[in-house]
Amino acid sequence: MRFFDLSLRHKIPLWGSSLIVAATLAVSGALMLRAFDDLKHDLVISSESLGFTLAKTLFTTLLHDDIWRAYELIRAPFHDEGSRQAMDPAAIFVVDRNLRVLVSSQPLAMPILADLASLGEDFPELAEALRIKNPEATGAHEFPGSDRLHVSIPLAEEGEHLGTLVITHSKDVFLPRFFGFALGAAGTCALVLAILLPLNWYWGRRMTEPLVQLAHGMSEIVTGAPEELGPELYAYHDELGELFTAYRRAAAEIREKTALEKEVMQSERLAAVGRLAAGIAHEVNNPLGGMLMAIDTLKQRGTMDAATARTVALLERGLQQITETVGALLVQARVQARDLGRQDFEDVRTLIEPQVAKKLIHLEFEIDLPESLPLPASFVRQVLINLLLNAIAATPQEGRIRVMASRTSDEFSLVVANEGEPPPQEILAHLFEPFVSGREGGHGLGLWVTYQTVKQLNGSIAVECRDGEIRFVVSLPLPPDDAAAAKVSLGETALKQGNAA
Amino acid sequence: MGSIELPNGNRQRRRLLQAGAAAIALGSAGALASTVGAQRIIRIGLTPAFVHDRHALMAEWRRYLEAKLGVTIEFHPRNSYRETMDLLHQSRLEFAWLCDYPFLYLKDLVRLLVVPVNKGRPYYRAYLLVHADNAKAQGMADLKGAAFAYSDPYSNTGYLVPRYWVRQLGENPQTFFRKTFFTFSHRKAVEAVASGMAEGASMDSYVWDTLTRIKPELTARTRIIGASPEYGFPPFAAHRSVSAEDFATMQRVLLDMSNDVAGRRILEQLNLDGFTVGELRLYAGVVDMMRAFGEY
Repeated sequence: MRFFDLSLRHKIPLWGSSLIVAATLAVSGALMLRAFDDLKHDLVISSESLGFTLAKTLFTTLLHDDIWRAYELIRAPFHDEGSRQAMDPAAIFVVDRNLRVLVSSQPLAMPILADLASLGEDFPELAEALRIKNPEATGAHEFPGSDRLHVSIPLAEEGEHLGTLVITHSKDVFLPRFFGFALGAAGTCALVLAILLPLNWYWGRRMTEPLVQLAHGMSEIVTGAPEELGPELYAYHDELGELFTAYRRAAAEIREKTALEKEVMQSERLAAVGRLAAGIAHEVNNPLGGMLMAIDTLKQRGTMDAATARTVALLERGLQQITETVGALLVQARVQARDLGRQDFEDVRTLIEPQVAKKLIHLEFEIDLPESLPLPASFVRQVLINLLLNAIAATPQEGRIRVMASRTSDEFSLVVANEGEPPPQEILAHLFEPFVSGREGGHGLGLWVTYQTVKQLNGSIAVECRDGEIRFVVSLPLPPDDAAAAKVSLGETALKQGNAA
Repeated sequence: MGSIELPNGNRQRRRLLQAGAAAIALGSAGALASTVGAQRIIRIGLTPAFVHDRHALMAEWRRYLEAKLGVTIEFHPRNSYRETMDLLHQSRLEFAWLCDYPFLYLKDLVRLLVVPVNKGRPYYRAYLLVHADNAKAQGMADLKGAAFAYSDPYSNTGYLVPRYWVRQLGENPQTFFRKTFFTFSHRKAVEAVASGMAEGASMDSYVWDTLTRIKPELTARTRIIGASPEYGFPPFAAHRSVSAEDFATMQRVLLDMSNDVAGRRILEQLNLDGFTVGELRLYAGVVDMMRAFGEY
């Protein structure tokens, strides 16, 4: 994997770390260079000051050709071998105007009157530099490949130019001092890095974690079930915060849309299954009627022996069962004139009472309805009975069942809630299909019939499992003319008032 | 000095000296000995003819002489013979330890007092030195074009002898060397060769021998490649204006130094056996050389 493809979670801290390291190295490098220059500068300054002091005395001494005295003078600044210090020179010597050595602190290496350019090391370069430089000016000379620094001071007074005093320093002596300094700087660097790098890592992770979560969520959006990203993930109202808000809004809409699509698909499937079942039921119903009629006729003749009579009775019971089943599949809206009333709920309660009593169930009714509603009473009763029977079967011994009925301006709502374990997910997905049953002994048509009935009334039915309760929620629209009439009358009133004003 | 207890003989001599000094002080305006109150002062010039910068030894010797003579002794060390010669010219010294060459040069101003005895004999010689690392040089001929350190322009072994050697080679001492300079002391001439400032130097054998005892690490860095014939040891001279009594007294004290413990200890440190009454012909060899240069 290439670096630029790395996760931001790693890339941002890595970038930050490299920037910190680079910045620290650059700053300390610059400081170190500066320190090196300063050290060198100090060296040159101190050499020049020593040189000027020496030059004054040396001028007269050399003018008088007192070579030995000159030698003693330039030997004076040299300490014992054991106590050499960074600023101590490695050598001091004087060259005349022709760049021959007049006197040197190291006469073995630099004999009297030797040509400076013939002395090897970096002396030829130094001789060249001294030849071209202004003889009246001091100078500092350094040559590539040489570990020495030469400071030259003119030996001149009142225009009389005797030669040049050169103070040579070995960098070997001041390099350890510089390295000591560099070591200290490196320690500080390490300390700064030890503080900054973990901080950078922490901040990097903190910044990128929400982004990574967001990116993950975005990639989930196409699946239709984007992740919930809670506000605790990023609680600030900057651009990232806005991004989170937008994401949450989009995710909510997408989840809603997905749920809607699922519901549509399910109801379409149920409608298809319903048409199929009704078709088959019709086809079965016609011959069934004929067969039952034939058996009836056979029985009325009364000419059957005992064995035949048993067989015929067996056939008749079988056909009756088929008739019941097919009858259940054939749900049809039979127009009933009577409207739903509060009394209907009392009737259902009376009907269901024996089953409720058998399982010691607490049944509660919360009916918040006017005296009558423009809905077909027999259908609603059928739905309520089916849901209650289903609930009783699913409720444990001494459980609780609640029935809640209410209305809004354009809707009738019925909720049947029972305590109990929610059915497994695979059952829940096909709950309203025929012959699906979560229980032993159930034929699985009760909820299917309920569903078909609700659909015929243009209503909706949904199941929710929460807080240890299974809730079936039925919504039925009230006939429009009722609500429309109310709205029109209100509008007319407002219009009249407006005119009056 | 009166508080110092002196033996009877010395007390006698002291009185004698004081009396003589008083007479001189009254008699001549250019008196040799100066007086501070009643205390006479004898001034002795010291030169680099020996290792003259050993201050503790000088102090000990001064106290010894003061005790013997009963006078205040002033040592006047100078770094060049010229300065000591000037002091003698100005009559500002009674006695001086000189080199052969200035002694002969000032033969009309001074007379021989005593000659130090070294290794049993009143002689010394010149050594020709090169650096210990110089294994090639065998003699003066090998030092042509070298940097050469003379000790003093009035030194016998440090100036007259090496120039004489060059002259004997048929060369001109002015041009024979690449560069010459004066160190104004035999000891520094050794340092010049040891450090490499000079590739050769000529010096007093007595100073060399003394240095090998007191500073062997210095002499070890040099090598002797030649020696001159013997010359009379650098003498103690008296200004001609010094009275006969003072001359005799001083001569006696110096000659007696080897006869007592304190004197022997000083002589030991001076690397001398004692002093002897010398003769001028000890210095005939030096006179010959001076004649060769037209200086005698």
